[in-house]
Amino acid sequence: MAEPTVPAALRPLETLGRGSLGVVESLGRFGAFLGQAVGAAVTPPFKLRALVERIHYVGFRSLLIILLTGAFTGMVLGLQIYLTLSRFGSEAFLGPAVALSIIRELGPVLAALMVTGRAGSALTAELGIMRITEQIDALTVMALSPMRYLVVPSILAGVITFPLMTALFDVVGIFGGYLVGVQLLGLSEGTYFGEMQSFVDMRDIMTGFWKSISFGIIVMWVCTYKGFYVSRGAEGVAHATTQAVVLSSVLILVWDYFLGSVLP
Amino acid sequence: MAGSTIHVEGLWKSFGRQAVLRGLDLEVPAGSITVIIGRSGGGKSVLLKHLIGLLRPDAGRIEVGGVDLTGLSGRALDDVRRRFGVVFQGGALFDSMSCRANIAFPLREKTRLSAAEIRARVEASLAQVGLEAVGNKYPEEVSGGMRKRVAIARALVTEPEIVFFDEPTTGLDPVLVNTIHQLILQLHRQLQFTAVMVSHEIPEIFEIADGVAMLHEGRIVEIGPPAAIQGSSHPVVRQFIRGEPEQG
Repeated sequence: MAEPTVPAALRPLETLGRGSLGVVESLGRFGAFLGQAVGAAVTPPFKLRALVERIHYVGFRSLLIILLTGAFTGMVLGLQIYLTLSRFGSEAFLGPAVALSIIRELGPVLAALMVTGRAGSALTAELGIMRITEQIDALTVMALSPMRYLVVPSILAGVITFPLMTALFDVVGIFGGYLVGVQLLGLSEGTYFGEMQSFVDMRDIMTGFWKSISFGIIVMWVCTYKGFYVSRGAEGVAHATTQAVVLSSVLILVWDYFLGSVLP
Repeated sequence: MAGSTIHVEGLWKSFGRQAVLRGLDLEVPAGSITVIIGRSGGGKSVLLKHLIGLLRPDAGRIEVGGVDLTGLSGRALDDVRRRFGVVFQGGALFDSMSCRANIAFPLREKTRLSAAEIRARVEASLAQVGLEAVGNKYPEEVSGGMRKRVAIARALVTEPEIVFFDEPTTGLDPVLVNTIHQLILQLHRQLQFTAVMVSHEIPEIFEIADGVAMLHEGRIVEIGPPAAIQGSSHPVVRQFIRGEPEQG
């Protein structure tokens, strides 16, 4: 049943219509993908072994980069904020300034961006290769849900590991600020940590916590979706990987702004 | 084990403006080996994907063992798929698992067999395909022919009623092509499954097929026993089995 041919004059309209339908269809499929994942996550059988493997893959193997970026972010912040505050004679507030910047904003955002670059891209490529080599089809025809085996463990691993890695980033970052502010620039240790204790409260920590959980869902959702629906062979895998990293990074920043506006 | 019949009626499938299947009809008798032949890009793999429920037709009916696949989804479709084994063109072995783990995977995930029973079944499967020595190797560490044999072992380890083979000998040398064909024939005699195979291997497939169906321009243009197809007067069939170049 071939489609009827469209008169030449209406072709641009047809192209526009097809494009719009394509966008709506993609958004619908993107949403349905998460819906299916949530459905599979709350119904047995649960794939605990796959979850542990994903936690290792997403979390443990990203530890080094989180520690490194956390330490240097804290050190840069320590130096720059110290130089700024010293102009006003307010160096004493270095501790809270570093801690609040890291806990509320930089910790969750930078940790998520780093994990996207390291684990998210690899996850998209892995699922993409499984798609083009028919491994995902093989699971489907074995009557085993690829969603349950491949997607759900990754999204749950994101929910579990992102807050933990953000916490590590925060601790190492604050310590990096301490190294520069206290050990190099001579601020007193009591001032650095004492003022921090006065100004940072549980709300700030919870803001960072909720952000990191939502980033974990966003990154793993985007990266698994892009890998799951790869087409056009090796070029398609490369394209999907780039798209996954770019889209995850943009969504992290947009969502960060949104949460920063609504969370206390 | 008695095989099921596959019955396809009026199957249509288009991708965009291109109609790939155009009212295709096909009948696969229980317990037979039916080979679908046809030009590259003619829709053989698309037909196979419909038969295993990976694609939905635009119109038509696909009945497998008396169950209409076209209206099924989710668990109902999975229940039918449990009766299938599929050997994909590239093997589709899970590259993060050893060959042994690949074969054990469907047993581990789909049955309640004990670890010892699974081990015994996997070893028997490896022996059936002559690969006892490479069980611990990963798919990328074995040759193309071995990968195909592991894929066959994985598809058959659950003793399915129907096995689909998507060009199981593509990319293999003539000796390996015959080896794989003889292996399929031998396993078919032992396990009595219904086999549907997509293949380009002319004339080798005539040795193992009970029925051959020629797919051309989205329809089965001729179907019959190998001798009838070999002696066909249909110009498309004759051109294909003789490998004659296109005119013009």
